[in-house]
Amino acid sequence: MMNIVVAMKQIPDLRQIRIRNGQPVLEDVPLTFGNIDKNALEAGVQLKEALGGKVMVVAVGSEALEDTVKEALAAGADEAYLVLDGKLENSDSARSAELIARIIKGIENVDLILFGEGSGDNYSGQVGSRVAGMLELPQASYVRSIEVNGNKATVVRSLEDCEEVLEMEMPLVLSVLADINEPRIPSVSQILKAGKKPREILDIEVPEGVQVKTISNLAPQMQRKQTSVESAQELIQVLAAEGYKGVK
Amino acid sequence: MAGILVYSNKGTLALELLNAAAALARVNSQGIKAVSINNSGMAADLAARGAEVYALDNEALLPADTAAIAESLRQLAEQLDVSIVLLSSDRRGKELAGRLAQIWRAGCLTDVKGLQSENGALLCIRNVLGGATVATQQIVNDRQVIALSPGAFAPAGELDGGIINPAVVEIKPSALKLLEVREKAGDSVDIEAADILVVVGQGVENQQDLSLIQQIAKALGAEVACSKPVASDKKWLGEERIVGLSGKICKPQLALILGVSGQVQFTVGIREAGTIVSINSDEKAFMNSMADYVLVADLKDVIPELAKQLA
Ligand SMILES: Cc1cc2nc3c(=O)[nH]c(=O)nc-3n(C[C@H](O)[C@H](O)[C@H](O)COP(=O)(O)OP(=O)(O)OC[C@H]3O[C@@H](n4cnc5c(N)ncnc54)[C@H](O)[C@@H]3O)c2cc1C
Ligand SMILES: Nc1ncnc2c1ncn2[C@@H]1O[C@H](COP(=O)(O)O)[C@@H](O)[C@H]1O
Repeated sequence: MMNIVVAMKQIPDLRQIRIRNGQPVLEDVPLTFGNIDKNALEAGVQLKEALGGKVMVVAVGSEALEDTVKEALAAGADEAYLVLDGKLENSDSARSAELIARIIKGIENVDLILFGEGSGDNYSGQVGSRVAGMLELPQASYVRSIEVNGNKATVVRSLEDCEEVLEMEMPLVLSVLADINEPRIPSVSQILKAGKKPREILDIEVPEGVQVKTISNLAPQMQRKQTSVESAQELIQVLAAEGYKGVK
Repeated sequence: MAGILVYSNKGTLALELLNAAAALARVNSQGIKAVSINNSGMAADLAARGAEVYALDNEALLPADTAAIAESLRQLAEQLDVSIVLLSSDRRGKELAGRLAQIWRAGCLTDVKGLQSENGALLCIRNVLGGATVATQQIVNDRQVIALSPGAFAPAGELDGGIINPAVVEIKPSALKLLEVREKAGDSVDIEAADILVVVGQGVENQQDLSLIQQIAKALGAEVACSKPVASDKKWLGEERIVGLSGKICKPQLALILGVSGQVQFTVGIREAGTIVSINSDEKAFMNSMADYVLVADLKDVIPELAKQLA
């Protein structure tokens, strides 16, 4: 039996962000969970299916999260623990991590805490390591497989040039890569049941201060010719005209 | 500006950090503090660039044990009274950054590709929103942990005046066992250095077409690169060839892009190319709107045709 926590971040659907005057327009963009966080959830659900136990989603974000979290409950999570506050729409990693750690401290007998390798919007790979540091737990990031044996886990951490096979004792914090699995698509009945699964909204005060200030956030200017060509042959001609070597 | 400490477990990246630190401190690398862990070669290399090296020699310290490495760096940052720690933003360094920041009570940013100092404030430039935008951010804490993207700074050059000091930290026995290290098979291609890239996306449907694509690349004097799923899911090419947010940020003169839809996490890695060509069967593919030349066609036909014409 395992108690598995999965931390998931609510983000704007990046495919629907438009740029106006160099600025990203986030109003009316639907909210969802980051792709890699869905891999973390799937990893947790697979372990639960194999070994028994419970998968708990922990998320901190704006009020809309109460609705967004149904996605995770439909995809196999059993319960959700949330901190909701408008201030969290633009939180920094330190504050999010602090709130996540406080939620986890309130949950009994947690064996495994799963994160995504990076959140969909900020992709800084910081929150999981911060939570591990705060809870003083061992950790591994960039994990592409997890095997559990009793109170030990064997995990494979994938670095740029090598893979490390690690044996670690639980409780434990892991951040997973997108390669670890293919998240399931929930069925209609799972989606319907998700609304009835327990969602606990915790009354934890959100600190005011953040440690990172954003001075500007701009889309890079791009000017491209956008010329259509009709065939491979014509493409080679235009590239040759631009003087690329090898192109005759 | 108070002291800066630099650490990476990769030698080349440590030299880049040293150079970035020197620029920040507006001095040369003499007197910049650098840590080496169980690596006398790296200690010597850093010292040969003028650094004040603190060499930790402790066989119990495993690089794989992020908790222990972070705790060691925290103790050194306190012993040496620095306010900024620069790390490398490779996977090892990114994992370490958050943990060190937490236990040292510091603000932190990773994947930082540029640094500016303005009226005493240190500004960090990095991609956000999956790469759709570039943000300038400032850590408002007195203590800062900043992880710099590999290759964003040139490595420090040789300089006199370096020194190696022994360093000592106290750590608990490791809670983790390293059972095995498997080298990755990857060929050490450097797609960031290529002048021309031929980029394989999921629109390339047959693996057999890769050999024709290699011929095309050869004729153009190009390297073959790919979108993430082509390496991570299909395993057709090695991960070192991935273009994008979780791969490499490339600036070739010419990028010939075959069947890539153009999501931000990909385009962030190619948008600074000189000329972009997109070949895609979907006229509306976002990649096309970022291209100089667009060929709307089926790659099953175009790939053999290109290979033939360039032969
Ligand atoms: C945090 C995070 C980080 C990521 N990092 C990266 C990264 O570094 N690099 C990266 O690439 N992705 C990254 N991704 C994934 C990214 O979001 C996209 O999923 C990925 O880039 C899509 O790859 P693709 O364009 O090859 O495939 P698809 O999106 O499947 O596009 C295939 C394209 O091929 C075209 N096509 C299909 N058949 C044909 C044909 N016969 N002839 C011509 N055209 C055809 C289609 O019209 C389509 O446009 C990341 C995602 C996340 C969440
Ligand atoms: N607000 C949040 N709520 C829940 N989990 C989060 C939140 N922010 C980050 N995470 C988790 O931490 C991981 C790393 O995030 P980041 O440090 O932003 O790259 C994500 O993949 C999530 O698993």
